[in-house]
Amino acid sequence: MKLKALIFTCLLGGFSIALAQTKADFARDVEPLLRTRCYLCHGAQAQMNGLRLDQGFPSKAVVAGKSGESKLIHRVEARDGVQVMPPVGARLTPEEIGKLRAWIDQGAVWPVHDARPGLWSFQPIRRPAAPALKDASWARNDIDKFVLAKLESESIRPSPEADRPTLIRRASLDLIGLPPTPAETAEFLNDKGPGAYERVIARLLASPHYGERWARPWLDVARYADSDGYEKDLVRPYAWRYRHWVIDALNRDMPYDRFTIEQIAGDLLPKATVDQRVATGFHRNTLTNREAGSSQDEIRFEQLVDRTNTVSAAWLGLTTGCAQCHNHKYDPITHKDYYQLMSYFRSAEEENIDAPLAGEMGAYLRARPEYDRKRAELLGENNVPALQAEWERNIRQAIADPGKRLDWDFWVTSMTAMLDGARKILAMEPDARTRQQAARLTDYFVSNPGPVNAKDPELTKKLRELRTKLQELSAKFPSLTQAQVLAENPAPPKNFLYLKGDYRSPGPEVRPATLESLPALPPSAGEPPRLALARWLVSRENPLTSRVAVNRMWNEFFGRGIVKTVEDFGTQGDRPTHPELLDYLASEFMDRGWSMKEMHRMITTSAAYRQQSHTRPELQGRDPDNALIARQARLRLPAELLRDGALASSGLLNVAIGGRSVRPPQPKGVVELTYGSAKYVESEGAERYRRGLYVHFQRTSPHPQLMNFDAPDSHVACTRRRRSNTSLQALNLLNDPVFLEAAQSLAERTLRESPGKGFADRVRYAYELCLAREPGAKEVETLLSYFHTQERILASDAKGRAALYPLDPGSAAWVGVASVLLNLDEFITRE
Amino acid sequence: MTPLDFARIQTRRSFFRTSAGGIGTMALADLLAAEGRTGQNTDPLMPKIPHFAPKAKNVIFMFMEGGPSQIDLFDPKPELQKWHGKPLPPSMTKDLRLAFIKPTAAVLACPREFKRYGQSGIEFSDYIPHIASCADDICLVRSMYSDAFNHHPGQLLLMTGSTQFGRPTMGAWVTYGLGSESRNLPGFVVLSSGAGTSGGATNFSSGFLSSTYQGTVFRSAGEPILYLANPDGVSSETQRARIDAIRGLNEQRYATTGDEEIAARIHSYELAFRMQTAAPELLDFSKESPATLEMYGVNKEPTRPYATNCLLARRMVERGVRFVLMMHASWDDHTEINRKLKRNCDITDQPAAALIKDLKQRGLLDETLVVWGGEFGRTPMVEIRKPEDADNGGRDHHPVAYSMWMAGGGIKGGQVIGKTDDLGFNIVEGKVHVHDLQATILNRLGFEHTRFTYRHMGRDYRLTDLEGNVVRKMLVGA
Repeated sequence: MKLKALIFTCLLGGFSIALAQTKADFARDVEPLLRTRCYLCHGAQAQMNGLRLDQGFPSKAVVAGKSGESKLIHRVEARDGVQVMPPVGARLTPEEIGKLRAWIDQGAVWPVHDARPGLWSFQPIRRPAAPALKDASWARNDIDKFVLAKLESESIRPSPEADRPTLIRRASLDLIGLPPTPAETAEFLNDKGPGAYERVIARLLASPHYGERWARPWLDVARYADSDGYEKDLVRPYAWRYRHWVIDALNRDMPYDRFTIEQIAGDLLPKATVDQRVATGFHRNTLTNREAGSSQDEIRFEQLVDRTNTVSAAWLGLTTGCAQCHNHKYDPITHKDYYQLMSYFRSAEEENIDAPLAGEMGAYLRARPEYDRKRAELLGENNVPALQAEWERNIRQAIADPGKRLDWDFWVTSMTAMLDGARKILAMEPDARTRQQAARLTDYFVSNPGPVNAKDPELTKKLRELRTKLQELSAKFPSLTQAQVLAENPAPPKNFLYLKGDYRSPGPEVRPATLESLPALPPSAGEPPRLALARWLVSRENPLTSRVAVNRMWNEFFGRGIVKTVEDFGTQGDRPTHPELLDYLASEFMDRGWSMKEMHRMITTSAAYRQQSHTRPELQGRDPDNALIARQARLRLPAELLRDGALASSGLLNVAIGGRSVRPPQPKGVVELTYGSAKYVESEGAERYRRGLYVHFQRTSPHPQLMNFDAPDSHVACTRRRRSNTSLQALNLLNDPVFLEAAQSLAERTLRESPGKGFADRVRYAYELCLAREPGAKEVETLLSYFHTQERILASDAKGRAALYPLDPGSAAWVGVASVLLNLDEFITRE
Repeated sequence: MTPLDFARIQTRRSFFRTSAGGIGTMALADLLAAEGRTGQNTDPLMPKIPHFAPKAKNVIFMFMEGGPSQIDLFDPKPELQKWHGKPLPPSMTKDLRLAFIKPTAAVLACPREFKRYGQSGIEFSDYIPHIASCADDICLVRSMYSDAFNHHPGQLLLMTGSTQFGRPTMGAWVTYGLGSESRNLPGFVVLSSGAGTSGGATNFSSGFLSSTYQGTVFRSAGEPILYLANPDGVSSETQRARIDAIRGLNEQRYATTGDEEIAARIHSYELAFRMQTAAPELLDFSKESPATLEMYGVNKEPTRPYATNCLLARRMVERGVRFVLMMHASWDDHTEINRKLKRNCDITDQPAAALIKDLKQRGLLDETLVVWGGEFGRTPMVEIRKPEDADNGGRDHHPVAYSMWMAGGGIKGGQVIGKTDDLGFNIVEGKVHVHDLQATILNRLGFEHTRFTYRHMGRDYRLTDLEGNVVRKMLVGA
């Protein structure tokens, strides 16, 4: 043990010496370290032991020029048995300590302008002029000038442009999420005229698949799912109506300001359309806890917390959640700010509305009278009106006087959790209930007829049959698609600050207001507050919304944001690597009328985007994270696009756009781990081959292929997906029947469609389908050798051949070849 | 040993640098040689060294979902007889939050018989004689408390240290911090028996950590891991050929692009292939002695499913699996508690005790921390849903005071921590919050829980959130 410790210490010692001789840059190396690791206790908010480190030096902790005598160094190194600083979190690394030492030894200079650094992201967006360059010939647009200026300052050349096959596959995956077809690739390769690449981009931006590709990252932010979450995790049969809206809005290139306003407050727009109301489904992706016995006040509070946090994360890039319990420790967000922001959502109630898609309404209206008549007949035959009235009377009594009749208490608890707005509906006179409210209450009664009726076996049986009949009846008649939306409560409850974030501890009353550190809300002419909030988010004065949005785009196109912490533009987040580029993009976004497609066009046509993604060994040490954008990035595809790629290349993909969620095959044993063990009924026919975006997302038992490849769990907003690399992914691609079926189909398609019939010709065609490029000679050789091995093994395995490729057992070895292609790192990667 | 810092040992390269001669280096060198690689790409599951010398290497968490009744199993309350049928004194139930029953609900006496066991003389109920027979290895905590009184939030708190969503679970934290010693099995494995749990996948999620650390569900019947079996028509020979071809082409692409991710991908496929052999081997009990099988109760009902999981858990830790989460659902006995509780005990008691004894006889108990418990306990008051059947009542959720136990892994057995009042309603001595339990578990694994952090969204997160104190009394040598 001692020897090890000694070796270890020596290694560390060598390190600090080596690093002490390097130069430390205050803004880059030192200030972020002090800010993230020291200011919490030794900054503006607290000065423990009287020490404050955020106002420059001299300070009693630092002896300029003498790191060896500086207490700061003693404490972070924990020499002489003193308590190590910082006292929580990881210790400073030798590299970090080396930077501190170097900076102190170089005189501990504290730049004057940084004495009280304001949060950069709260400063107004100013459109910077494109920088001057030594050699501007590489630049295709202004983006490139900013990127190149940084590279020139580091004396680095950009990477060469990627070849055309790589470019078209990259652009296709990035803009529509599907690989290019061999015909599309050929067309691009043969288009020798100027602007060939730009024509590809224009085609992709106009494709209806564009909305599908770009809906997914937004749905991550919107924590979209097809179920409630929590224990009961009931299916939300119409959650998809919101997703449908997102796809459609993106395809129409709805400007981001309108996209924002409709989702935050579409219901409050003058003469709001159904679609504008559907947009507020954004807020309905909040989880619903239906665990009986939960406090309704607590659930409501949790939902408001979620809405507040999600809006902050999505538009402002701020972690306001910290201020739920106290003033934000790092960012200028107060406890009061938090509850003022929450106040905008307190007046919004949940409502489910008819939100018919085109073509539904006529048939529905024509059939409605007959449907109503038949339903009333069924209910009447079973004496439901009288039974329900009695049941309602009992329930109301139990609500009014709890603790008296234990059996009814239980039914009340259960109903409150399971039936949305139950108490409100019950309190209304039957005539005052809407058609939908009345129907929902009756349906609930028929399924849950209460303790008295439940004891009558004959009646129970009758009601169970009635329930089936009602369901059958409703299935027979045309219905309207529904949507989950927000609606303003005309008499909203008061708003309070909640002490320590506890819904049981209301403090002073607060009113809706935006964050005090940001430009104020423009005075509105009597506009509803939530609508005013939406307009404030996208006002030109708001320094965050546009920056956050373009940074997310950059993250999608380069695999790393200009601000790496896409989710955090506060003091604890990373600083932008290219602050001027970020501001240029942010102002350009607003100047181009918030057009997302135009921004995507600008980025994808830049020279920076078109670079090769190969790593550059000479930069690995200097810039391992590619922060300088000296190349493109190789990015493993997100879970959904990986599925899409396999289905598209193999020809199985169902290209229908929008609509309800589907349930492709999933292994047994996934839903069984959850509370209700909801049945997973596989979709049939072409529905099985729809894009990953449409795969039903059950929060407590999501589809394993999605989870294996890092899809977020949809409980909170996710602005940046991870990309893990695991053996479960390997098993998934190797053995999942979905991917095997794709391999069979790819084999079949290759054999049928390949223009040449030789082995190399076919491999070449399969490569075009999967990778949009020709295979190299060595690759063909590897596959041929594998093909022969396969044939040899399969020759004596008739059963195996037949199982692998029932269509044509003699060609079973081709299924293996196809499967190899679908498993390649390159296939699941955007290069 | 000098405390090592995680940030420094995240990558394989820096691992070599900082842990010259440390644990795991040899194993890693073997692994690389076996794969014909000496690359320096990142393997996030490589064994890592914690803050200080650990007492436990592995954890087996017997998660008893739903909230087992401590009053009927672990915490005898003869005083309840006197109160049976009467409400609790109002002073006790002031400000009380309950899920279903009202604070005025009557007290339900415990019909169980408690006896003292072992040298230590700890009292256990007659429903769990086997667990009781391990009394001298068990550290029984009678003073657990939690902040959440509903299942899903309670399970989140127990597993992640917070009732908010999105945090990593204990198994994910531990695997992230220690890596995995297994070359061919996942580091964090989930076993399940009984019904499904309220938390579902959130009980073994990796939260904001990489999904590399999420629990892998291992089924004791059928295909043990999703997508583990070769598709129809693919033999292990053709599978090997397929993986070799994929590897050959990936290597060529690696040469072209220089992307370390491809090297990691090759590694993942090799591990996947080994897992295809190792996982079925794990399920093959044919080499276990008849005495072992009988001790667990593998071949009889109703112990079979839980016994299978317990035996699997032992076989897993033998093979280097870091964290085994065994979920058994549900102990949520709102009604008919006597019958339902007996049923769960009949299923789990013998296998759970066998696991401890078996680990002990193989010398594995010292390095394996065994934890038993649910997200909360149950009320001393009765819950009656059907007045006409009041004799078959149950108990409601009780997060205020409940019991859990631990054994092995540097935990001092044969002792009781904490005390509740005569009615089992409140804790009167030695309160142990869920965060304290988590801090103690991490301590045994070599972590200073306040320093075991992960930066996310601008904040250092940890399993114990902002709370938690190691319960020193529970530790061996304390």
